[in-house]
Amino acid sequence: MWKYIAKRILISIPVLIGITVIDYFLMSLAGSPLSMMAGPRASKAALAAKGAQLGLDKPVLVQYFLWLSQILAGNFGYSIKGKEAVSSLIASHLGPTLLLMGVSLLLSMVVAVPGGIYSATHQSKKGDYILMGLSYLGNSIPSFFLAMMLIFVFTVRLNWLPSGGMATLGADLGGGDVAVHMVMPVIVLTVSMAGTNIRYIRSAVLEILQQDYLRTARAKGIGRFKVINKHALRNAMIPVITVFGMEIPTLFGGAIIVEQVFSWPGLGLLTMSAIVNRDYPVIMGVSLVAALVVLLGNLLTDVLYAVVDPTIQYH
Amino acid sequence: MIQLKKRAWSSESFGHIVWRRFRAHRFSFFCLILLAALTLSAILAPVIAPHDPNEIAGMFSAAPTAEFPLGTDQIGRDELSRLLYAARVSLLVGFLATVISTAIGVVLGLLSGYFGGWVDMVIMRFTDMVMSFPYILLVLVAAAIFRPGMWNIILILGFVDWPGVARLVRGSTLSLRESNFVKSSVVAGMSKAHILFSEILPNTTAPILIYATLVLAMSMLDEAALSFLGMGVQPPMPSLGNMLNGAQSLTILTSKPWLWLPPGLMIVVLVMCINFVGDALRDAMDPTSIHRT
Repeated sequence: MWKYIAKRILISIPVLIGITVIDYFLMSLAGSPLSMMAGPRASKAALAAKGAQLGLDKPVLVQYFLWLSQILAGNFGYSIKGKEAVSSLIASHLGPTLLLMGVSLLLSMVVAVPGGIYSATHQSKKGDYILMGLSYLGNSIPSFFLAMMLIFVFTVRLNWLPSGGMATLGADLGGGDVAVHMVMPVIVLTVSMAGTNIRYIRSAVLEILQQDYLRTARAKGIGRFKVINKHALRNAMIPVITVFGMEIPTLFGGAIIVEQVFSWPGLGLLTMSAIVNRDYPVIMGVSLVAALVVLLGNLLTDVLYAVVDPTIQYH
Repeated sequence: MIQLKKRAWSSESFGHIVWRRFRAHRFSFFCLILLAALTLSAILAPVIAPHDPNEIAGMFSAAPTAEFPLGTDQIGRDELSRLLYAARVSLLVGFLATVISTAIGVVLGLLSGYFGGWVDMVIMRFTDMVMSFPYILLVLVAAAIFRPGMWNIILILGFVDWPGVARLVRGSTLSLRESNFVKSSVVAGMSKAHILFSEILPNTTAPILIYATLVLAMSMLDEAALSFLGMGVQPPMPSLGNMLNGAQSLTILTSKPWLWLPPGLMIVVLVMCINFVGDALRDAMDPTSIHRT
């Protein structure tokens, strides 16, 4: 099994390098961020001097390797805008995003697994139709629109929940306060994810319910509960894990939008302001971290496969 | 039993079977009609819109009246006209982005699946890289670099969203390559282009079409999100996303629902209908579901 995991890690490395290359060359298409930094009135000489200081006068390929060697040394560079170290910027913004993503991922599974099983075991009945309708609805609502509706209901009308931020300004109220601020962003992220997951899980369970070993289990007369929860569910875990792995990039993207609407102080908010300001070191850093998170998620998925499915080949 | 037998022997064409089965999904059929009506009204927007979408026609942020059925926006433009034009822009973006990404995905998938070896290796690793990148992040970065705007958004979405199609087509091609009719074409000395595009491609149309409806729904949601963030279709050109962008202020959210509810609901209805139609299409085109009509 360790050999299998090691192999998975080795496969991830070229993908990671490829991602940085794609990202870097995409970024170099943008032209010079110099003129933005120095303003329209700076002379050409001043621009050139500043450019040399930042290493921007070198060819793109050299810049890429300069940057990569810095990354490997643990130096993500400095934000062009705020002069702060990118690594510390990311470190301070990563936590809130991971918190948001983790809670939403967990909650979407808590909703989707029982929902999908119920839907599959009650196929073509009223409950199934209602759940499927809701799942399509959850899938089709743009996250920002759902966010606006939630703010309208819970902040404007009912005044129950704060409309944004991670904590009440000027007050240190601890974890409960953060939890209250998290409710709406988490709902938004969960709805779209659960909408997708519930259908995956439903079709996975449906397929398993038709297998011969389940007919055998039913024929033994061990009861419906045991058939579904012991025999069907275990085998349905594999597609569930696949979904889990696929969701991570989507979730990260969703977090960018949700953080924007709710001004949640995470990577998404950082990314958007960096994009607007053309702050290349920050964009590069965030992209790299995002790709890392995704790769780690995929790795975790592969490991979980090995844990759940004893028949998997560790070749 | 008798019915089954009759069907098995009938000379009904594939198109007919699909259509008959599709209609059996009543709700999806209703969605198809709704979608057709909305698309038609979007196409005919220049004819049926009561006002020019960019013309300042009335009071600022006025509530709905007989003259302005959905009220007016912050600078006095007719909201209904803007909504029609916005649907037009959003559908166009979604459609063209889907065409581009499907075309790229089909070509890469065919090459990868048919030739195998290092071609397959290179294409699939590249696909992995694009896929493991958070999609919205990639699109946002690209939109920032290439300047946001309708045509750039179409190209960006089109060039980013192909990996799913590529994998799908690769899978089908791998199995079709081993089929007897393809092998016989190889033996007959047919050109590779003929085998790829006239023998293999037609046999993967059904899954591609179904997947394309999914991509269409996704592209429209992405366009809306991008425009909402100000990185997509730029005002004054209306799109469903950027109409909502203006509604982020609390006063509009609280007291002027006609400015943000209609565009939001329009996206939900369009995307949901596309999803339902795609789902019914999958059922209707599935050759193994013959017993389920």
